[in-house]
Amino acid sequence: MISSDPKQVKAICFDRIHIENQTSLNIARKNGAYAFLPTVLKDFDTEHIVDEVKKSGLRGRGGAGFPTGLKWSFVPRNTGKPTYLLCNADEGEPGTFKDRDIMRFDPHLLIEGMIMAGFALGVHDAYIYIRGEFLHEVEVVDAAIKEAYAANLLGENILGSDFSMNLTVHRGAGAYICGEETALIESLEGRPGRPRFKPPFPAIEGFYRCPTVVNNVETLATIPAILEFGGDWHAAIGVPNNTGMKIFSVSGHVNKPGNYEVPMGTSLKVLIEEYCGGLQHGTVPKVIIPGGSSTPWLLAEHYDTPLTYDAMMKAGSMLGSGAIIVMDETADVIALTRRLAHFYAHESCGQCSPCREGTGWLERVMTRVENGQGCEEDLTVLHDAATHMAGRTICALADGAAAPILSLLKHFPDEVRERLMEKAA
Amino acid sequence: MSVGENVCFSLDRLQEIDVLIKKYPGKRSALLPVLHMAQKDFGYLSMPVQQLVADTLDLRLMAVREVVTFYTMFREKPCGTYLLEVCTNAGCMLNGGNELLAHMTESLGIQVGETTPDGMFTVTEVECAGACAGAPVVQINNAYHEKVDAAYIDAFITKVKGDQL
Repeated sequence: MISSDPKQVKAICFDRIHIENQTSLNIARKNGAYAFLPTVLKDFDTEHIVDEVKKSGLRGRGGAGFPTGLKWSFVPRNTGKPTYLLCNADEGEPGTFKDRDIMRFDPHLLIEGMIMAGFALGVHDAYIYIRGEFLHEVEVVDAAIKEAYAANLLGENILGSDFSMNLTVHRGAGAYICGEETALIESLEGRPGRPRFKPPFPAIEGFYRCPTVVNNVETLATIPAILEFGGDWHAAIGVPNNTGMKIFSVSGHVNKPGNYEVPMGTSLKVLIEEYCGGLQHGTVPKVIIPGGSSTPWLLAEHYDTPLTYDAMMKAGSMLGSGAIIVMDETADVIALTRRLAHFYAHESCGQCSPCREGTGWLERVMTRVENGQGCEEDLTVLHDAATHMAGRTICALADGAAAPILSLLKHFPDEVRERLMEKAA
Repeated sequence: MSVGENVCFSLDRLQEIDVLIKKYPGKRSALLPVLHMAQKDFGYLSMPVQQLVADTLDLRLMAVREVVTFYTMFREKPCGTYLLEVCTNAGCMLNGGNELLAHMTESLGIQVGETTPDGMFTVTEVECAGACAGAPVVQINNAYHEKVDAAYIDAFITKVKGDQL
């Protein structure tokens, strides 16, 4: 049970996650799923819901951290066009694996959040775009949706109200870029996932050129608690401007990798030492990538940084999706950077030349540096290529590709030079 | 099932596709799900199968081709009975993903991307599978296997080879 006292809250999205067979509607309902939904459908209206979500301070959990209530308020009313709600479950940022657990262990929480969001936005058709590899999760969510339809939680006149909404699972097919919201829309329209120019933003012209809201799984799964306990309750968890709980996916060189839902503002060190059982080797991390592979690296000196959007920004990185990749003293940061360069080159959609060409350059140069065929000049080439990609493309993939390269050059130039010398000799 | 020139979907499949199309504002949205179905039915997406999908959804072949070639999960060539996809991205790399991949190709005597001569195993390297707490991750025919080591893979290979006999 989620506590109504914000100081006592232990979990929001993971509150029911350890209960067995929570995927079954009956069991989920016994544990509180959909309990507050009738009140929302009966007593709440759009304005009230959007206000509560704004008050809650909830920021998008997919990576960008954009205020959810504000995003919802951009959706124009009475355009004569339908409004669509899309759940972004294309969890592909290296290091991120939180949405998978919500979907496979508590799919009804996500469905309930989508019904509430759909009700607030006047949505009739909603979709969950799940990455293609998550076949098991597709099946679990699909089965949960079928049960929800049978119980009149989805479909026509939900629970006897005037509100009707359909919900469909859509399976992706292996493309990192489809996690970018406009690429996701392209993909959902049956095309390659190539991001669109913004503006117009999806809120104005999205799916089939209609008003569209795209929200992450964790964001939508937080909505039921916000509406039940109120925006102020949520705003009292965490720290100002960085409110609520957040799931952190911790991987790499820690003893207990996994998903941990903690109040925003918990420090990196506490998360890694107390929750994740510390590092595999040594006591000081060599590198921490705090928000997924696209975010700039932090070092041991940042170990006490609080896990908030603002503090991470101040430390020179980003909270991103909360995917924390930890490397201890044994890590080969050059090999890791080369691997990530390969990833971005593979995943670039190819429509912007700085990204298409740049990611290829970064991979080729990093490969020769790693293999000891590099030269001093390569450091300049890497730096130039990376700085000329970031910010010059339609979407942020190029920025993500540049981040590990620039971090390596900034923090470990000596290690790179040593590698050049070592192999040359 | 072998793919000849005259491929067609079963009646059940066609009904399923009809229901699917109605869930979207436009028919084209059904393209990815229908390609998944076609790949399941025919094993891979040969040119006749892609033409079939195009005809089923009233699309030009080119519209299907650009999607098939864009998404890595769609295959234009057959693969082994067991498709072993090894993640070697950050989380898995830091926990032995590369070594595991090398072990698999070595013990099966193939290169990454190849299929064993008996058509049983294909080994590929994939990007982040989104299950980094279970690193290294191997997907075997779409099912996730986590914290996999060489012994686990060897046992799996021995087992399915035994089942064949």
